[in-house]
Amino acid sequence: MNVPAAWYLILAAGLFGIGAFGLLTRRSALIMFMCIELMLNAVNLTFVTFSRTLNDISGQAIVFFVMVVAAAEVTVGLGIVVAVFRRRSSTSVDELSELKG
Amino acid sequence: MIATTYAIQWVLVFATSALLILVGAVGVISVKNPVHAALCLIMTLIGVAVAFVAQLADFLAAVQIIVYAGAIVVLFLFVIMFLGVDRREHIHFEPLVGQRAFAGVGVAITVAGLITLMAKSHWVSGAASVTTKLSSGNGNVRELGTAVFTTYLFAFEATAALLIIAVVGAVLLARRERATPEEEA
Repeated sequence: MNVPAAWYLILAAGLFGIGAFGLLTRRSALIMFMCIELMLNAVNLTFVTFSRTLNDISGQAIVFFVMVVAAAEVTVGLGIVVAVFRRRSSTSVDELSELKG
Repeated sequence: MIATTYAIQWVLVFATSALLILVGAVGVISVKNPVHAALCLIMTLIGVAVAFVAQLADFLAAVQIIVYAGAIVVLFLFVIMFLGVDRREHIHFEPLVGQRAFAGVGVAITVAGLITLMAKSHWVSGAASVTTKLSSGNGNVRELGTAVFTTYLFAFEATAALLIIAVVGAVLLARRERATPEEEA
């Protein structure tokens, strides 16, 4: 018998927490993107776990779409990082303060 | 109660994936060099793929390795090396006072809330097998393909449009602006 779904759900919650902590504390835009990937993966793991629990393929179909959107997000996000780096020579988000009131 | 009721191989698979996921994730947020962070990210992604295989998501595990570890992390590494930012970040520098502590408290509350919800409530509710059964004997790829091309056909077409928009947007953003003479003046 496979391990209960709760084990994987708690693992996914931990992964989400680690990703959220990194997103809140790191300053390099690249590392922040990686932390977003961690959080997306935690959500994917949750979807697959519920898909197994409910014996339904829909969860896996949604994970498929999450992966597509994540790929698009990374492409555009890294494009923005490259464009910002070209102007500021830094990927630190603290230096992007032009809109500060 | 826990150790005896579940087969040892599933426990081992879970332990392997949990170890890969957590060590990789802690590595991503704690190492200083972005290249090492990307390699730790690959470790986490492979751990998630192991968890996918253990939970009857074979196709997604393959996609996880090919798309995430193969394409997204390579894109990260390409940008890191293209920009030349593979030097160390000052990780202990803290411009906002107490930011790390507040982030830790907020994340701890969130994760504790999630785990409490899971422990105290009926977190699996609703009808089972609404779309297609997970294990109807046709194989995971076939079932997932059927679901994507019938139930989720509109969403699938929308992702096609999204990918085109993303590619065009990324090219437009990253393209070096060729300055015309009047712009330079």
